[in-house]
Formats: sequence, structure tokens, C-alpha cells
Amino acid sequence: MAEVKVEPGGNIIDIKHVSKWFGDKQVLDDVSLCIRKGEFVTILGPSGCGKTTLLRILAGFDTASEGEILLEGSDITQTPPHKRPMNTVFQRYALFPHLNVYDNIAFGLKLKKEKDNIIENRVRRALKMVGMTDYEHRDVNSLSGGQQQRVAIARAIVNQPTVLLLDEPLAALDLKMRKDMQMELKEMHKTLGITFIYVTHDQEEALTLSDTIVVMSEGVIQQIGTPTDIYNEPENCFVADFIGESNILNGTMIEDRLVRFMGTEFKCVDEGFGENAPVDVVIRPEDIYIMAHTENAMLQGRVSSCIFKGVHYEMIVQLANGYELMVQDYNAFEPDTEVGLIIKPSDIHVMKKERTCNTFDAVVADENHIDMLGGTFECQPHGLEKGTEIKVEVAFDKIDLTDDKEDGALEGDVRLILYKGNHYHLTIVTDNDDYLYVDTNDVWDDGDMVGINILPEDIRIIHN
Amino acid sequence: MNKLIKIFSKRSTWATPYAIFLMLFVVLPLVLIGVYAFMDNDGAFTVANFVKFVEQPEAFNTFIYSVAVAIVTTFFCILLGYPAAYILSNKEFNRSKTMVLLFILPMWVNVLIRTLATVSLFDITGIPLGEGALLFGLTYDFLPFMIYPIYNTMMKIDKNLIEAAQDLGANQMRVFLKVILPLSMPGVVSGIMMVFLPTISTFAISELLTMNDIRLFGSIIQENIMLSDTMNYGAALSLVMLLIIGATSALGNDSEEEMSHGGII
Repeated sequence: MAEVKVEPGGNIIDIKHVSKWFGDKQVLDDVSLCIRKGEFVTILGPSGCGKTTLLRILAGFDTASEGEILLEGSDITQTPPHKRPMNTVFQRYALFPHLNVYDNIAFGLKLKKEKDNIIENRVRRALKMVGMTDYEHRDVNSLSGGQQQRVAIARAIVNQPTVLLLDEPLAALDLKMRKDMQMELKEMHKTLGITFIYVTHDQEEALTLSDTIVVMSEGVIQQIGTPTDIYNEPENCFVADFIGESNILNGTMIEDRLVRFMGTEFKCVDEGFGENAPVDVVIRPEDIYIMAHTENAMLQGRVSSCIFKGVHYEMIVQLANGYELMVQDYNAFEPDTEVGLIIKPSDIHVMKKERTCNTFDAVVADENHIDMLGGTFECQPHGLEKGTEIKVEVAFDKIDLTDDKEDGALEGDVRLILYKGNHYHLTIVTDNDDYLYVDTNDVWDDGDMVGINILPEDIRIIHN
Repeated sequence: MNKLIKIFSKRSTWATPYAIFLMLFVVLPLVLIGVYAFMDNDGAFTVANFVKFVEQPEAFNTFIYSVAVAIVTTFFCILLGYPAAYILSNKEFNRSKTMVLLFILPMWVNVLIRTLATVSLFDITGIPLGEGALLFGLTYDFLPFMIYPIYNTMMKIDKNLIEAAQDLGANQMRVFLKVILPLSMPGVVSGIMMVFLPTISTFAISELLTMNDIRLFGSIIQENIMLSDTMNYGAALSLVMLLIIGATSALGNDSEEEMSHGGII
């Protein structure tokens, strides 16, 4: 998808069209990414999005099935890990239990046959950098998680790599320790001046640390940008939902600078979508102004819940037409209070809809059935000959989900749930790895196994 | 009734039969060996049995020879068993665990039967029995006891450590020398314990494989114990062996503790 465009001289790593399969499961799909020298890049995504695989391919533990990786212009796609000038900080530290702190850190330098006094100097400097001076003779198993991770970082940076790879290095630490370590890592990045590639599922960590964030989902890069870009200008619903809290709503771009959603027309600042174009609208909960009087408000509603979040209150406001909005404010409005809401044009973020209905390839099976998605569905192929290849469309809200997967014509699991103000938009992945998008009012959980049914009259055939 | 339940729910109640068993079949025989070792034929106290062991070269030499045989056997077992365990611990080769099963399978057959089979094997191929056959037979008998503990410790090595070593610049050879070898040492120590000590005290195997030509320390003890007038001497020999095995075990335990301190076991 999007690529950050930079002058070719400044890139330390070029990932070009990399795909990776494990058996027939594709975990990376045509990933392209340029990383500039000295950058702090974070690869962010939920578990199973392929971010760790991408890092392992960079480190050399896995090889790309397709595509190539360039390091300072030379191809390293097939280079084994021990010949790459990169070092990795592992999630579970991976310290050698038979060596003490000093020998763990000196491991790489000893392999390079450095002189003893040079090794000693550099190990001491690395220990100082991670704040672990005087620990060199300690047994690594006697250290706390935070200390072990510091040793793991020292063990990597002591080799002066051109790129430091960090695989969720703080995931196993508690919140307070994680915050401290984040600051230290950022400081370390500044001092060392080397490129950091950091993998995490924690969006807050990504926003805090990075120069550039790469958001991934389902093996595909969704967006590349600075933390502010990613937060303020998400490119699609996934990014908007994954980074921070957001209200995501279906809307229609009536004309330039005018959008309609929740049954109301709003002025906005976006243009170039065309007239009456279906769009997704994102409004951050902190961008909605909430007040006690309703006269001059754009929207009126009733508070249905109010939770204290430390600095602000998080409230759910129920509008008269059935929509719900999440609002954050420093003032609390008790449940059942009538409130007015105002949204500034510049706080309405409009995104092109990726799709407006499901489109599937199908084959006519007989007079009353078609085969698609690895199942057979009843419908009226209108005298089309058996074996004809066709395309069909199914509206988001015309797919029925059943609790018992045996009851469906197909089986699948719920992967991604978006709340769109008055309904849920689900992404369902079938056993054949086909994607279905479903609008529903029922509440499902991420990972639920469901049966899928489509009524004959809801399958619309488009002749090929 | 309640009182009965209380008695039966106590752990010590359940331990009683085992305690009695241990007293009768372990402690009592040990005490008897100790007592007999310090007695002459008339039942009077003496240390003559021990003096005889040190002064009479036959038993003492056999003892030294047995230790040498045990060392050589253990050496061969490590030489053959370590690479086998290393190969088995590789998941690519051993997806179904069939290979491990094949290596462990001989353990299901009684050691005497296996030894008799080895003897027939030598007979059929026309290779004379003797020292070579003895070493071959012992290595064959005890090899699984070396492979299994090493295989187990290797399976437990965190794959991240191997990747970490590669990441720090180690090629395959260095990964093996710097990570896999030191981390598999506890398995080797257990393997040595399970091969070296039983080898010293075997008796029937050596007789069968050498046509009674070579006798190991176990055979000497057995011969002396069987005859009533040398029974006390046999007891003394047993005691000597027991003390030596005890001492080696203690050493083994120490080093094992040190290793497990390293977080392996």
C-alpha cells in the first residue's frame, strides 16, 4: 500500500514486495517498506498480523518466500543471521543461562575475536548505558525481568549494529517498568544514532517512541506515517480503530466540504470524494464538545454511562435516532443527563470506503444453486448454463450469522469488530481464507466461530 | 468412623507400608552387609576382610579393571549417544518420535536376553568372544541410558537461545560449541551416572560375553558371597563398591546441582 517516499540515498533498509507463506497460510502479503538511516520505526499491529514474521525475516531467522531485502543497497535476502550487521532484542530476553552478565554481553565480541581489553571496555560502556554497572558477575537468573531485558539490550548494542531489531521487548514487564524503559530506549536511540526497528502491539508505546509507525493487519501494511499522521489522519477504519479510541460511522459525502452521517449534515474540511460518495467518518472522542445546554448544539442526546479514566471522563451519549457516540471530557455528566454535542468541521475525518458490499466469484452449479466460497448456496441463476463463472454481490446486512457453525452453509471466525455508532461491522474469515463483511446488531466477540447463511433473494448476480 | 477417616487421610499412615518394606529389604540388608564385612567365619570382629582386599591383588586388580571397562564403555556410549541425541532433538528428523522409540525399544528387552543374542551374533559371524565382545555388549546394553537423558535436556533448550547466538554472529559450529554443548552437559552427567555405575557392578554380562574369561568386580562379589566360607569377604567387597558408588553419585549430584542452578533442569 502506501510507501514513504524518500531520496534513495538515505535508506538503510529497503523491503521490496516481500511475501511469506507458512505452508499454504500467507502471513505477509506484498510488504514494501523503506527505512531511513537513524530512524525509530515501529511495526504495529494486533497479534497474528505478521509483524514478528517481518522482523524475523529482517534478522534472517526466516527467509522471504518472495521479494527482496536490501541493506544499504546490497541484497541480504538470503544472508544467514550471523552475517547480518543487525542485532535483536528478544521478547523473552533469551539470555544464555550458563553465562553470567558479563559473558552474555561479551558473547558477540568474543566471537569476533576482539582483544580482551577492548571487550572489557565495551561491555562496561554497554552496562553503563543500560544502567547496570556493577552487575557484570551476577548470574542472569538472579535478575528481575527488567534487569534481564537491560542485559539483553546491552548484549545487542555492544556489537554496534547498524540496525537494532526489538521484538516486543517490553511486553513481559509491568506497566510502570514499561514506561521507564520506553523513555530509556528513546534516550538510547538518540545517543547511539542507529536505526531501531521495534515491533509491538501496544499503540500507545508506538505513539510514544516512534519517528515512523507502520500499521499492519492480516499480513498487509495498512498505513505508514508519523505518530501524528497515523492518529489524526488514519487511512482506513482498521487504523482509526486500532490507534486510540474513535467513533467510526457510515456517511455520505454530499459534496465537497459537506458530509452527512447519523442523519445530520455536517460541514467538514475534506474534499475530492465526488458527490454522494459513501464514506467512513472518524471522530475522536476527545474532539466532541459536550455541554449541559442543548439549544445551540448540533446534536442532542442523553448520557448513558460515565466512567472516570484518571485525567478525563469517558461518556457514552445516546442520540435520539439510536446512534451512540463516545465522548471524552474533563467534566463529568452523570448518566441520564440531557446534553448537547458540537463537532468542529476540522475534527471530522472522512475516509474513502474500502468497499460498499461483498463481492464474490461464483460458479453456477445447477438451476437453483451456485458454488462460492467453498460452499453451495441456493439462488436463481436465471437460466445460466452450468459451469458459468459469475460474480455475485451480497449486501453487508444480508448475511446471517449463527451461533452453531453446523447451522451455516459455511463456517468462519470473527476477526475484526468495528462499532459504527448503531451497528457492528464484522470481518469474517472463512475456513478457505475468504473474507466476508457483515453488518449486524448482534454482539459477537473477536474469535467467535460462526455459521454463515445467505438467503437466495439476497444474492445479486452480476454477469461477467 | 471419623477417627478412622482421619487416620487414613494422613500421609504418614500411607507411608507406613513403604517404610516397613524399605526397612526389611533395603536398610536391613545394608546393615547385614556392614556387619558381615567386619566379621570372620566364627562371628568375631575383624578388619581382615578389608586388609585382604588391599593385599590380595586379584580382587583389587579386578576392581581396577572393572573401573577401566566402565570408563571405556561410558566413553563409547557418549561418543555414540551424544550425536544420536543431537540428531533426535532436531524436530525435522524426528517429527513422529519414531526414531526415539527405535532407540529406546531395546530397553524393553531383558538385558540377559539381549546379551545372549549378542553372543549368538558373535558366534554366527565367527568373531571370537573376549574383551572386544565385552565392550561391544556393554555399550550396546547401556547406550539407550546415555541417549535418553541427553535427548531430554536438548529438547528443553530454548530455541530462542540458538537464534540469539546466531544473531550475535555465531555460525552453526559456534552455536553448537557455545550454546548447545554447555547447555546439554546436565544430560551427559545423568547419562554417565546411568552407564558408569551399573557397568562396574555387572556380572552375568561379562561372563557370557567372554566365556568366563574376564570377570568384572560384580562377578568376584557374586562368587565370594555364594560360598559360605568367603561370605564375609564378599560382604566387605560389596561394602567397598557401595562406598565408591556413593562417593561418585555425590560428586555427580554436586555438578548436576551446579548445572540446574544454570536454569536447565
